[in-house]
Amino acid sequence: MSTTSGFRIVGDRAPRPDARDKVYGLLRYADDFALAGMLHAKVVRATRPSARILKIDGSRAEALPGVTCVLTARDVPHNVLFSDVPGQTTAIGPLRARTQVLAGDTVRYLGEAVALVAAETEEAAEEAARLVVVEYEDRPGVFDPEEALRPDAPPLEPTGNVISRWKIRKGDVEAGFREADVVVAETYRTGFIDHAFIEPEAGVGWLDENGVITLRVATQVIEHFRDVANVLGLPHSRVRIIAPYIGGGFGGKEDVTVEVFLGLLVWKTRRPVRLCYSREESILSPTKRHPFVMKYTHGARRDGTLVALQVELIADAGGYAYLSPLTLLYAMVHAAGPYRIPHVKVDGVAVLTNNPPTSAFRGFGSAQPAFAYESQMDALARALALDPLAFRERNYLRKGERLASGQELETAVLLPETAARAWHALGPPRTPSGPGKRIGRGVASALTAYGRIVWLHDWSSAWVELQMDGTVLVRTGVPDIGGGQAASLVQITAEILGLAQDEITIHIGDSALTPLAGTTTATRQLYMSGSAVHKAASELRATLLQQTGELLNVPPETIVLADGLAYAEGNPQRKLSFKELAAACARAHRPRSAFAIYQAPAGQVMDFETGQGKVFPDFTFGSQAVEVEVDEDTGEVQVLRVVACYDVGKVINRNSVEGQVEGGVAMGIGYALLEEDRVAAGLTLTPNLMTYLIPTALDVPDVTAIILESGEGMGPWGARGIGEPALVPTAPAIANAVFDAVGVRVTRLPITPERLWRAGQEQPARRAR
Amino acid sequence: MRPIEFTLNGARARVTVEPHETLLWVLRQRLAATEVKSGCERGDCGACAVVLDGRAINSCLALAVQAEGKSVLTVRGLGGPEAPHPLQATFVELGAAQCGICIPGMLVSLYAFLQEHPRATRGEIREAIGGNLCRCTGYQKIVDAAEAAARRLVGATE
Ligand code: FES
Ligand code: FES
Repeated sequence: MSTTSGFRIVGDRAPRPDARDKVYGLLRYADDFALAGMLHAKVVRATRPSARILKIDGSRAEALPGVTCVLTARDVPHNVLFSDVPGQTTAIGPLRARTQVLAGDTVRYLGEAVALVAAETEEAAEEAARLVVVEYEDRPGVFDPEEALRPDAPPLEPTGNVISRWKIRKGDVEAGFREADVVVAETYRTGFIDHAFIEPEAGVGWLDENGVITLRVATQVIEHFRDVANVLGLPHSRVRIIAPYIGGGFGGKEDVTVEVFLGLLVWKTRRPVRLCYSREESILSPTKRHPFVMKYTHGARRDGTLVALQVELIADAGGYAYLSPLTLLYAMVHAAGPYRIPHVKVDGVAVLTNNPPTSAFRGFGSAQPAFAYESQMDALARALALDPLAFRERNYLRKGERLASGQELETAVLLPETAARAWHALGPPRTPSGPGKRIGRGVASALTAYGRIVWLHDWSSAWVELQMDGTVLVRTGVPDIGGGQAASLVQITAEILGLAQDEITIHIGDSALTPLAGTTTATRQLYMSGSAVHKAASELRATLLQQTGELLNVPPETIVLADGLAYAEGNPQRKLSFKELAAACARAHRPRSAFAIYQAPAGQVMDFETGQGKVFPDFTFGSQAVEVEVDEDTGEVQVLRVVACYDVGKVINRNSVEGQVEGGVAMGIGYALLEEDRVAAGLTLTPNLMTYLIPTALDVPDVTAIILESGEGMGPWGARGIGEPALVPTAPAIANAVFDAVGVRVTRLPITPERLWRAGQEQPARRAR
Repeated sequence: MRPIEFTLNGARARVTVEPHETLLWVLRQRLAATEVKSGCERGDCGACAVVLDGRAINSCLALAVQAEGKSVLTVRGLGGPEAPHPLQATFVELGAAQCGICIPGMLVSLYAFLQEHPRATRGEIREAIGGNLCRCTGYQKIVDAAEAAARRLVGATE
């Protein structure tokens, strides 16, 4: 049974238990669940991006037959939500991370929630929402982050529009530039990106028989039960959040979405309530990926050694802070990329505007700078007439070296391997498909943090029990957003206890009944909850070894657990089934369960003046190589091939790892070529999937995932996170391939045919190359 | 309100509908066929796809009355735990379902397509699901699984 690697099931392509219910259509997602007597709710949203609310008149809505209630800010006991976890307020300040549940006096973006309605039918609720009359007085708005920084810009907060500033100082950047033979300076821009999960935000809430507000919602964070309780002024234990399997998250179900609205409505009406966003509402409601303006200047010596980097980052936070200060901090630490640069100066600012609020999105603050620094690496290599791979190789950080923010890279850094393997796997170049078409290739490398900021003192917990029939139960509060979070935990348990997956049941995502495991964000669940489950299962294993040893009269260290049996090594004839073991443990008063908490190594808060200090537990390193075909006349870009190579430390489930990489690449292709919420004076012009384009099966080519295993990650058996890193290098690799094809560098994502064509007009010299 | 009758996964379904009600809405809200997903309600995502008399359609764009007298097949009609359809089996084996919300629509689109084109190429499979959006998988393992299922289906009939 045991493979050469010494693992029975970890590392293989074990089918995910959740996949079966998904393909048979049996899984009940958030919106597939109904209760008798359930009300239907709708959110009334602001139709102005910046206005004072003069009056809200819900009387016509309330008079409509079937309407149960209309709620406004006045009905919210504590009309405030904080986007923070303990510790974060040190950097953000509670005031600025604050949002209102329902708009009180002012609205700060178009789509902000102003009122809630609940009715017996969905039609009545829709009609009622239309009948709520809100009188506004428009206020001056600001829609460009650079304009919002000007002293005369209309302030969204009394203190101004800046919600956070960060800086990183290393060496002497001016001296660095004096050493440079070549300086490349460019400004890069990215746009608003919608998470566009196929399942919009949704949930059903009710009051249970103990008077606990119970919310079954599509969320990445069941710990939002605290936010709901705080808004209602209830003890935290009076709110319970259950996360069923979720139809995609990507950071868009990280901040509170429907939870607080449902809690309010359940509390007021004492009835079950359903609230599900339409696609348009999903796009209009928070949050999006931040548009960034990134001003990069790199200096390098003639021999290809990087000497200096100066960066200015401006992040559009939209109408409210949400997690913007943290997203920006991530961007700061990732800004220099995985490169050794002696002199670095980075300044970042997150600024409020009357645009849609921005917050978490897969690649949290690391995706935007990667587009800039990897475009820069390509431009520098070309300016120096060096091979892009050799140029990077010369400058890649090695294990033991430090980031610009001072953090030492303590684990394997396989960047040269990932880049070389991805590049060479592209194979022989294709020939263009016709006249006017050009083939180009590009590569990009990146580092991406996984796990929470070390000064947030992250932890996760899990509970593993041997049942009396010999099967095993795992409980842990992990929300599964589709990445195979639960399945990997089953696999880890199966490995440690020598059981088949089918003999293990897992309960996840219930704040009342499963031990808390933290958020399914920051690419942390395999690392954190994988470690917690590993620990709990190992404790149970130790108990079982002890019990078996006593029964068989042999030392516990000699016991083997395999195929659901326990026996002494070399003597499989004298065996005990797990059922027999369970009975023996019960007779011996030996616990058949283990609860374990995994605490991530914690660290001190960084020095805010210099930006020096350890910020993240660890990073995942990888590279992607792409081949594109560009139509010179139309500016259209077709991605022909993508190879993505990552060191994931240790594969737990090979299908899941590859699936993350392939899905990340597809999302990266969307980021590079298709996706952008067009926002004009605060109004989103792309409120559906006909105008907001995500990649279809025809936009994504076959993707080759090459997976390396250094064994040096922080997770179980040295695993690293892969969910977010998978997305990060794709867009710059495509931008570099486009340059390779037609000699035009597009510095703004997405690279639409029009932008490429225009850039070509503005860069005639480069075109002639 | 008007009573209509059609076959839903082989069983008779009788339901009273308003003339403006979509097939998607009636399937989900009146017939508890929640395996049919709703991702946009305007024909952009394919999550609501069902097979109507052999053809895959977006049920959010069809009126319920259009199903009158016809046969509607959802993913639950393809197979189940006892007897999975080869597409369902390969989707599990090859890891083609991540969050899974697009999968019911994906599977019925592929089912209808492979009925007509059992020897489809990879490119043709991609075209067949061009209207079924998936945000998780990058389509790679979906296309792999569809190819593998097609081989099994053809093998079974030869
Ligand atoms: S819900 Fe029908 S196509 Fe999206
Ligand atoms: S598996 Fe999540 S949308 Fe397709």
